[in-house]
Amino acid sequence: MAADTRQSPAPAPVREPGRPPRQVWRDRLTHWDYKASPYLYIAPFFLVFAVVGLFPLLYTGYLSLFDRDLLDDSPTFVGLGNYLDLVGDEQFWKSLVNTLSIFLLSTVPQITIAVGLAALLNTRLRAPTGWRISVLLPYVASLVALGIIFANLFGPQYGLVNGVLETLGLDRVDWQADRFSSHAAIAVMVNWRWTGYNALIVLAAMQAIPKDLHEAATVDGAGAFRRFRSITLPLLRPTLIFVVVTSTIGGLQVFTEPKLFDAMPGSNNGGAANQFQTVTLYMYQSAFETQQLGYASAIAWVLFLVIIVIALVNFLLTRRLADSGGDR
Amino acid sequence: MRRAVALSVAITVVGGTLAACGAGDADTGADGKVELSIGTFTEFGYEDLLVEYQRLHPDITIKHNKTGQGGPYHQQLFTKLGANRGLEDVVAVEEGHLSDVLAKSRLFNDLAEIGPKDVTADRWLDWKYKAGTDKNGALIGYGTDVGPLAMCYRKDLFEAAGLPSDPEAVKPLFATWESYFAAGDQYVAGTGKAWFDSDAQIFNAMHNQLPTGFFTTADSLDIESNRDIRANWDAVTAAGARGQSAKLTAFSNEWNSGFKSAAFATKTCPAWMLGVIKGQAGPENAGKWAVTAAFPGGGGNWGGSYLTVPKQSAHPREAAELAAWLTAPEQQVKAFVKTGNFPSQVEALSAPELITATDAYFGGVESGKLFAEQAGKVAEPQYKGPGDGRIQETVTTPALQAVEQGTSPAEGWQRVVDGAKKIAG
Repeated sequence: MAADTRQSPAPAPVREPGRPPRQVWRDRLTHWDYKASPYLYIAPFFLVFAVVGLFPLLYTGYLSLFDRDLLDDSPTFVGLGNYLDLVGDEQFWKSLVNTLSIFLLSTVPQITIAVGLAALLNTRLRAPTGWRISVLLPYVASLVALGIIFANLFGPQYGLVNGVLETLGLDRVDWQADRFSSHAAIAVMVNWRWTGYNALIVLAAMQAIPKDLHEAATVDGAGAFRRFRSITLPLLRPTLIFVVVTSTIGGLQVFTEPKLFDAMPGSNNGGAANQFQTVTLYMYQSAFETQQLGYASAIAWVLFLVIIVIALVNFLLTRRLADSGGDR
Repeated sequence: MRRAVALSVAITVVGGTLAACGAGDADTGADGKVELSIGTFTEFGYEDLLVEYQRLHPDITIKHNKTGQGGPYHQQLFTKLGANRGLEDVVAVEEGHLSDVLAKSRLFNDLAEIGPKDVTADRWLDWKYKAGTDKNGALIGYGTDVGPLAMCYRKDLFEAAGLPSDPEAVKPLFATWESYFAAGDQYVAGTGKAWFDSDAQIFNAMHNQLPTGFFTTADSLDIESNRDIRANWDAVTAAGARGQSAKLTAFSNEWNSGFKSAAFATKTCPAWMLGVIKGQAGPENAGKWAVTAAFPGGGGNWGGSYLTVPKQSAHPREAAELAAWLTAPEQQVKAFVKTGNFPSQVEALSAPELITATDAYFGGVESGKLFAEQAGKVAEPQYKGPGDGRIQETVTTPALQAVEQGTSPAEGWQRVVDGAKKIAG
């Protein structure tokens, strides 16, 4: 019934003198309904978010001010002590560099390939749905299964990738021990999973671009590449921003891939010398292996801030990039 | 094996929150039955036994929570201990995590106090029983199984290298660590192949033979002051540098493949390792592996578990009774027949089922008798301080792995010292 009143024309009812008070009360209700209902409708999301998102976020912040062991009943307040420790913690910086390196190695190729893939899928193909579903398949497959398969492929001694490299006359690569190689291997895993997914999102946006723009440009003599750069790319801007921001958030939280990549099953070390330990993996290790919950909370907050900063930078960069494309 | 890994990793990744909701508190059901729960990992061979127990005790129903792999299982265990809820009434703890449990023994019931009075220390091997008591003498866990160490080796590879290959004749090679590494040099020279699987596997075995672990009995970190630890480090890394290590991280996919491709000739071999070798080397290598009743430096133990009753259990007495029954010799012999988990009970070691057990894969060796003999060679349990197991798993093992990947032994040692300090806090 509340919805019915809301559908009545917008202007607020004018109160007439001499009307019975009940009518005034009803007017007031209608007025509140009109003002408050939209908020009520979206409230469930924010309530759930407050419980499972905001509260843990704030509580983690509170916890990060304590020196708290997992089985410790009496945590001691240390203020910003955990954060100061973090600044001097070599392993943390190492894991941050690892994370950024894996992030760059995965996000940049991933989005580039996704846009290219979308452009290909947007051309006239036989059985378009079949092609579209097939690029999504890696995303559907279980992440854990993928992790195990890829860790096997990249095995240093008996892995398939090294076998192929050797047949091609190239040197074997120690995918576990070498820092950059391990990052590349993990990035391949991430890309394998996410490229198709992003390609479909970009494809949806591409299909929403009006055909007449392309036709007009064709009439003006623009080639396919020129049309792609000057029409498709600028009009993809909002979608690209979305894709870049979500993959930034995901890319900086990579956890399962490096965990499963480690030769030692169940290990959180990220390699013998932490050469591919990401920040989330280090956070998990601090919380549940070395059992320092306060310290792990501090890591979580720093990671949160890093993600916000990088997502913002990416947002601005993407806007700029797509803008300049439109000016031409 | 691989599926178990996948499963357990999935549980860690996805199930962190789910698991907190499962494993509900045991309660007395509406029908007046006591509901008990028991948590185990990998295979304890308890399925049939639990059915039998419920038949013998009609007023008790049991819920069995099984986790595929030990690592995630114990992480969950400590999280639930910290949350003070969610743990089963009977909780299995593996020997490697026991030091952390004993350091928090106030969160567990003293089984000597609440358990059946007829269950006494003489049920178990002396060292097994002692390792399950905390500093104040409280009995925290009833021993289930043990992993007495013997040596497994590739007969055919030994012959090819000109080494003796008969189980009796190889014993002198495995008398001391010196003789073991010397034979390794001979093997490497003869075949150009590796002698053992990884530095860490040998280091752990050597380290566990020391009277105290990484801590003194007063719980202060001993890693720099205990010269023996460093001596073991130097001996292992030197042997590795001479080509004795196959550089395969234990339980990795590559290590599994290593059994098939004969990447190493010897393996430190607790009783349960026979099953691992059979599974990984496969039927095509039957008869090539052998096991002998010798171990460098005397004896040793790797693995084996305890059943504990945490304080958060709503029915501690009933739980202790169940744990006591499961760890009785008769039951553990049945579990041995089912899974090969080697019993820790004195009486079980002379049970006919065990004494007559043979293993065709390993040349028809009398494996039961052999490991019973090895169990008798284990000395006093090593004193392990809080965090001892974690140092072995997250500090020394990766550091040795790094040395195998090219880090210098001196730098690796520095990492060990730094890492151990961090864990000791």
